Amino acid sequence: MHGTSVIKRKIPLTAVARVAIFPPLLLLIIWTRFCFAEDTFTEQSLHSLVAQLSSASFAKKLTLVDEIEEVAGEASLPILEAFLAGQLYYLKQEQDKVFQAVKIEQDNYQILDIYTTAQVEYIDKQAFRARYKKVRINNRLRKKIKLSLSRISLSSGSEASKMQALNALMDGVDESSASLVESLYVKERSKPVKKLMSVVLAVHQLKQATRGATFNQQTDDQTEKQKITQALDLLDGRLEVSVKVALINFKAHLEDLTADDANYNHDLINPLLSKTNAIIHSIEEEINFFLFVEKLFFGLSLGSVLLLAAIGLAITFGVMGIINMAHGEMIMLGAYTTYVVQLLMPNLINYSLFVAVPAAFLVAALVGIVIQRTVIRYLYGRPLETLLATFGISLILRQAVRTLFSPLNRQVDQPSWMSGALELNPVLSLTYNRLYILAFSLLVFIALVFVIKKTSLGLNVRAVSQNRDMAKAMGVKTEWVDALTFGLGSGVAGVAGVALSQLTNVGPNLGQAYIIDSFMVVVFGGVGNLMGTLVASFSLGAANKFMEPITGTVLANILVLVFIILFIQKRPRGLFPQKGRAAE
Amino acid sequence: MSTLKSLFIASLAAGRLTGNGIQYVTIILLVTVFICSACNLLIPESSAFHVSTYTITLLGKYLCFALLALSVDVIWGYCGVLSLGHGTFFALGGYGIGMYLMRQIGDRGVYGNPDLPDFMVFLNWDTLPWYWYGMDQFWIAIVVAVAVPGLLAFVFGWLAFRSRVTGVYFSIMTQALTYALMLAFFRNEMGFGGNNGLTDFKELLGFDIQSNATRVALFLSTALLLIAALYLSRYIMKSRFGRIIVSIRDGESRTRFLGYMTNHYKVWLFVYSAALAAIAGILYVPQVGIINPGEFSPINSIEVVVWVAVGGRGTLYGAVIGALLVNYAKTKFTALMPDGWLFALGALFVGVTVFLPDGIAGYLENSARALQAKADLDNTSEDSLSKDGTSKDNNPKDKPTEEVTP
Repeated sequence: MHGTSVIKRKIPLTAVARVAIFPPLLLLIIWTRFCFAEDTFTEQSLHSLVAQLSSASFAKKLTLVDEIEEVAGEASLPILEAFLAGQLYYLKQEQDKVFQAVKIEQDNYQILDIYTTAQVEYIDKQAFRARYKKVRINNRLRKKIKLSLSRISLSSGSEASKMQALNALMDGVDESSASLVESLYVKERSKPVKKLMSVVLAVHQLKQATRGATFNQQTDDQTEKQKITQALDLLDGRLEVSVKVALINFKAHLEDLTADDANYNHDLINPLLSKTNAIIHSIEEEINFFLFVEKLFFGLSLGSVLLLAAIGLAITFGVMGIINMAHGEMIMLGAYTTYVVQLLMPNLINYSLFVAVPAAFLVAALVGIVIQRTVIRYLYGRPLETLLATFGISLILRQAVRTLFSPLNRQVDQPSWMSGALELNPVLSLTYNRLYILAFSLLVFIALVFVIKKTSLGLNVRAVSQNRDMAKAMGVKTEWVDALTFGLGSGVAGVAGVALSQLTNVGPNLGQAYIIDSFMVVVFGGVGNLMGTLVASFSLGAANKFMEPITGTVLANILVLVFIILFIQKRPRGLFPQKGRAAE
Repeated sequence: MSTLKSLFIASLAAGRLTGNGIQYVTIILLVTVFICSACNLLIPESSAFHVSTYTITLLGKYLCFALLALSVDVIWGYCGVLSLGHGTFFALGGYGIGMYLMRQIGDRGVYGNPDLPDFMVFLNWDTLPWYWYGMDQFWIAIVVAVAVPGLLAFVFGWLAFRSRVTGVYFSIMTQALTYALMLAFFRNEMGFGGNNGLTDFKELLGFDIQSNATRVALFLSTALLLIAALYLSRYIMKSRFGRIIVSIRDGESRTRFLGYMTNHYKVWLFVYSAALAAIAGILYVPQVGIINPGEFSPINSIEVVVWVAVGGRGTLYGAVIGALLVNYAKTKFTALMPDGWLFALGALFVGVTVFLPDGIAGYLENSARALQAKADLDNTSEDSLSKDGTSKDNNPKDKPTEEVTP
C-alpha cells in the first residue's frame, strides 16, 4: 500500500506530457494502474479476512494468518505485528470491526485504524474495557505469525530488510525456518542475500549435527560428511556471532565424541575437528582484527574531539601565549548557539548545523574579542594574572548560561543524516556522527593552517608572536592583530562546540570537561605548533581508547595525565618544539 | 576620622611593614577567637551574647581556609610559583585524618563491623587494605596525613623543577594533578569510600566530635596553629633560605648563575607549603565532618588562589585576610542570592587582577608608603632613608617577574 501511494503521486507529474516521448513510462503508468486495481481488490479480501479473526477458533485463525499473508503480502506486516504484540481488539457491538489498541499511559488507550494507522479515538481504561475485546492469541499462533513475518520480509522486502531478517533468523534457526529459507533460496536473485541464505542453512546443518540428529560415531555415510565439510567451508570467514557459537558447539560435540574411546571413529572425526579448529581460529583472528580497527576508530574519534577542543587553544595559547581558561566556555557557547539555532528553525533540523557553524564562530569570536579588549590586553606579560582573570570570566559565562537557559542540560537534536551507522560487517560498524566529526575536525584544522600560513592575517599573527616590537616597528597594528587572533581562536572553539553538541550533553559545564585535556594536548604537542597539536590529539585519543579495556575509563584517563606529566620532564617543549628564531 | 586613618597608616608605615601586619592580624585573631569561645561555652544559649556552635564551626572552617591560603601565598607570593593544585594536599591531609576518624567509629557503624568501615563492608571487602593499617593510632595518622602530601609534593616538585617546568606550565600541570587525583578518588576500588568519601565520624581522641567543647577546642587549636604557621613562615621568609627564595622569584637565572641550586630551594619550599595545606586539611575534616573527592576538584584550588590575590600576595597576613573576607562574602552571598555568587566570584577574579594586583594588603602598604614618603619629604629627616632600606626586602610592591616561556 505504501508503494502504491508513492506511485499514485507520480501519475499527475509524469502524465500526458511525456507519455508520447517515453514509451517505457507509458508502460510504467499502465503497470501502476494495474497494480492499483489489484490493490483495491486485495484490500477488500484483506478486510474480510481480518473481520473473521475476531470470531474464529484458534485452528481457524492459523489458516486465516496464512491467508492474510498470501493476500496482502507486505501490507499485512503491520497487522500481523500488532496481532503478535497482542494489540488487536474488536468492538463488542460489531465483531467484524478490528482495531489496533495501544496503551499510552497507565489508564489511556489510543485506538488506531489497522490499515491506515490513523487515530480513531483516545479513551480511558473504563470506556476501553466496556467497548473493546481482545482478539485472543496462543503460542502456536505466535509461532506461526513469527514465521509468516520472516517469510514476508524474506520474500518481498528490500535487500537490506532481507539481510536483516536473515541475520535475525540465524541465531534461532530451526527446522521450519530452514525449510523456508531453502524454498526461497532458489527464487532469490540478489547474490549477497543468496550467500547469507546459504550461511543460515549451513548453520542449521551444523546445529543438527551437533544435536546428533544426522551425525554420530556410526555415520559412515560419506555424503553426510561431505555436506558438513561443505557447510564448514561456507562458514569460513563469517563474522556473525551465531556462526561462531554454532562452530564452537560443534567443536565441543566432536571433542565429546573423541572422549568416547570405544566407538572413536578416527577417520570421520579427526579431519572434521582439525578443520573446525582452523576455521574458528581464522574467524577469531579476523574478529580481533576488526575489533582492533574499531578501537582505532574510537581512538581517532576521541582524538578528533580533542583536536577540535584544543585547536582554538593552539592559537590563543600556542601562538599568542595567552592562558585562556575561558576557552572551554567558548566551546560551550558554540554548543548553545547550536541549541538556539535549532530553536529558531525547528522544522529544518537537517540544515541547522550548516547555519550553526558560522553562527557559533561569530558568537564565540565576538565574545572572545570583547574579552580580549576589556581584560586580557591589560594583562600582557603577566601570564599568571591572565590565567586568573580568564578563569573568572569562565565562571561568569557559566553562571550566565545557567541563569539565561537553565542549569540542566539542553536537548540538541541530531540531523537525520548524522544518525545511524555504517555497517561494514557484523563486527565493525562506524557511527556516522563520529565519522562526520572526524572529517570535520580535519577540515577545521586544514582551514586554520591555511589561515595561519597563507593569509595576511596569519602573516601578521606569526610576526607578532615572534617579535612583537619588531612587528610594531614594521607597521603591524599589533593591538588589532591581538584582538583578531584571539577572536579567531575563540571562534574556532565555538565551531568545536557545534560538533561536540552532537556527541555530548550540552550543559553549562560542557567546557570544563575539555579544558584540562585541551591544555594537555597543546603542551604535549609543543606550544606554537599546529601540526604538533594534530599529532598529539590523535595519539592521546588512541592511547586512551587502547588502554581503556585493560584499565577502565577513569584509570586510563589518569594514566594518560601521568604520562604527560612525565613526558614534560623529558621534553619540556613538547613533541615538536619550535626551532630557530620562533623559539625565542 | 581621616586623621585616625592616617594615624593608623602612619603607624603601619613606621615599623617594619609586614611584621606589623602579622602582629595586627594575630592580635585581632586571638581576641576574636577567645571572645567567641568564651561566649559559646560560658554564656547560656538564651542570652543575646551567646555564640552558637554553628558559628564556631563556620569560623573554624574559615581559619582552615586561611591556613590553606597561607600555604599558597608562601609558594606563590614569595617564589612566584602558582600552584593550581593545592587542594590536592589539603584533601590528602583531610583523607588522612578521615581514615583515623573512620577507624575510631569501630563497631558503631551501620554494619557493626569492628575493623572495617561501613563502605568496605558494603563493597564486600574481607580485610582492611594495607594502607589503612595503623591509621587507628592518632599520631601515626597525623604523621601519615602530613608526610604523604609532603612526599607527593617532593616527587612532583622535584620532577617539575628539575626539568625547569615554570610559570603557567607548572600551574597547568598541578591542575592536571589534582584533576587526576579527583578521578582516582571517585573510584570505589581506591578504598577511600568513592563518591561518598569518608563521613559519619563519632569521636576524636575519645572526645565526642559533635560536642560543644570539642568544637571549641578544634576552633582554638586551628587559630593557634594558624598563628604559629604565620610566624614560622615569617621566620623562614626572613631567613637566608627565604631571601634566596625571593631572589629566585625575581630572577631565577641570575640566582642560579650566582651558584645556588634553585631547584632544591623551590622543592623544599613546595614541600613546606604542601605540609601547611595538609595541616589545614587535617583541621578541616573533623570540623565539617566529611571529606569526599569533591575537595580535589580544580575549581577549589583556583578559588584558594583568588583568596590570596584578594588579600595580597607575598605578605602572609594578606592571605589570611583574603581567605576570611572572601569566605565570609561567600557565605552571605550564597544565602542571599545563590545564583549571584559565581558572578561575584568571577568579577572578583577579574577585578582584583586588573585593578588591584597587589591585593588589600598591598593597597594598604602602598598607601602607607606613600604617606611615609610624604612625611619624609616634609621632614626631610636623615634616618627615614635607612628605614626605607630595611623595608625594601619584603617589599611586595616589587612585582615578581615571572619568566614567560613562549
